[in-house]
Amino acid sequence: MTHATFRVHVDPDKCQGHNRCYSVSPDLFELDDLGMSSEVGGGLVPAGQLSLARLAVANCPELAISLTEVTQAAEATQ
Amino acid sequence: MISRHPPVGDFADDFDHTDPAWVNDPYPIWADLRQRCPVAHSERYGGAWLPVTHDLVSEVAYDHEHFTSRSVVVSERRPGPEDLPAPIGLAPPISSDPPYHGLVRRMLLPAFTPKPTAALEPFTRDLCRELLKATDGRGAFDASLEYAQHIPVRVIVKYLGFPQEDADLFRGFIRLVLEEVDLPQEEREERFAEVDEYMDAQIEDHRARPRDDLTSFLLEAEIGGQKLPVEHIRGTMTLLMIAGIDTTWSAIGASLWHLAQHPGDRSRLASEPALMDTALEEFLRAYAPVTMARLVAKDFDFHGHPFKEGDWLLLPFPAANRDPAAFENPDLVQLDRARNRHAAFGLGRHRCLGSNLARMELRIALEEWLARYPDFELSDPAAVTWSAGQVRGPRRLPVTILGRSG
Repeated sequence: MTHATFRVHVDPDKCQGHNRCYSVSPDLFELDDLGMSSEVGGGLVPAGQLSLARLAVANCPELAISLTEVTQAAEATQ
Repeated sequence: MISRHPPVGDFADDFDHTDPAWVNDPYPIWADLRQRCPVAHSERYGGAWLPVTHDLVSEVAYDHEHFTSRSVVVSERRPGPEDLPAPIGLAPPISSDPPYHGLVRRMLLPAFTPKPTAALEPFTRDLCRELLKATDGRGAFDASLEYAQHIPVRVIVKYLGFPQEDADLFRGFIRLVLEEVDLPQEEREERFAEVDEYMDAQIEDHRARPRDDLTSFLLEAEIGGQKLPVEHIRGTMTLLMIAGIDTTWSAIGASLWHLAQHPGDRSRLASEPALMDTALEEFLRAYAPVTMARLVAKDFDFHGHPFKEGDWLLLPFPAANRDPAAFENPDLVQLDRARNRHAAFGLGRHRCLGSNLARMELRIALEEWLARYPDFELSDPAAVTWSAGQVRGPRRLPVTILGRSG
């Protein structure tokens, strides 16, 4: 049995600080002192936040955000 | 305004962004060029190019090898040897190229993140309420002249730490730089000198009495351990003043212009405040005020067009935002448009420094307006006028108030 998780990532070379991702999904992204964005923690998208992550991708003018599926083997069966 | 140039015949090979047809309604022109060109050319201004698709506009915005930002306002005059040379340019960092551009930008960015911007929110909200209060009891007034125009000028004047009563003075400067691009060069230069003189007086005053504002911030700022030369400070102050005012005035005005003509959008926005986030971005997309410019840095072939060093290139982000290849139903304003990668604040390294400030002003200006006047319409659509040049927004916007709240 597997379950899908997703990871968001902001490419720091592409981010120009539009802050659109932070604006649409403030739990997934954080800004540095210059207003540049990066993913919170390791970028793992908590359950229920996938649509917000997709929204961040769809609103980044620089195409700086990627969302990738990380397929993990489930823990050993019960 | 009345253009000082002869009328344009065909925009494909003779475009002019001060032509009345462009000023009144540039969207059909861009749509037509997108089909036919999509890179238009003009012999005006000593030679200029105009790409109108999102792809081409992006390509230019990211290309710092073939294009320089040394001047970003197309006029009859190109920067000469007497001007600050590249990579600094006349008004750093908008006129700077990498790698110098990055140093100046990094110095300025902390002053324009959401946090310091939010600190200006209460001032902005009070200001909007005060402006609306002055319209009390009047059934009709000009939303551009009596409301939109005053908001950004007074916010940036406050942030720069200039006297609030000088706000009026700035509007003349801005018209000169952005709109009166077809004035005789001698007259332009004389009036530019007045701007420098004003800035120098402010710099002196802030040197003598430092305070907590953007001007003192610039006087203290260092690049590579060095304080900035006075021409640099003056250039950046002029830039912040100019870039911060006409642009946001235009965005607020254009949003109100749209709402005045769309009762459905008006009532939806007034009754669903949560819609403001996407609505604001949609107004910015559909009515993006700012067209930038570049100079071609060296001869090269751009998609079959012989670009020559020193040619102008107009960089129309508003046209990119209406490209059907990048946006579904681009000419339709959809307040809940969820996927909106608009380029109203530009793309790449020169992304508008003040975008957080502009968004804050636009949001509060619309919130306060709708709270007071949820229902209004254009008094006379034919009386609406639009600014000419690279910043587009309504300059006369007579509205009639239909209902009153509170």
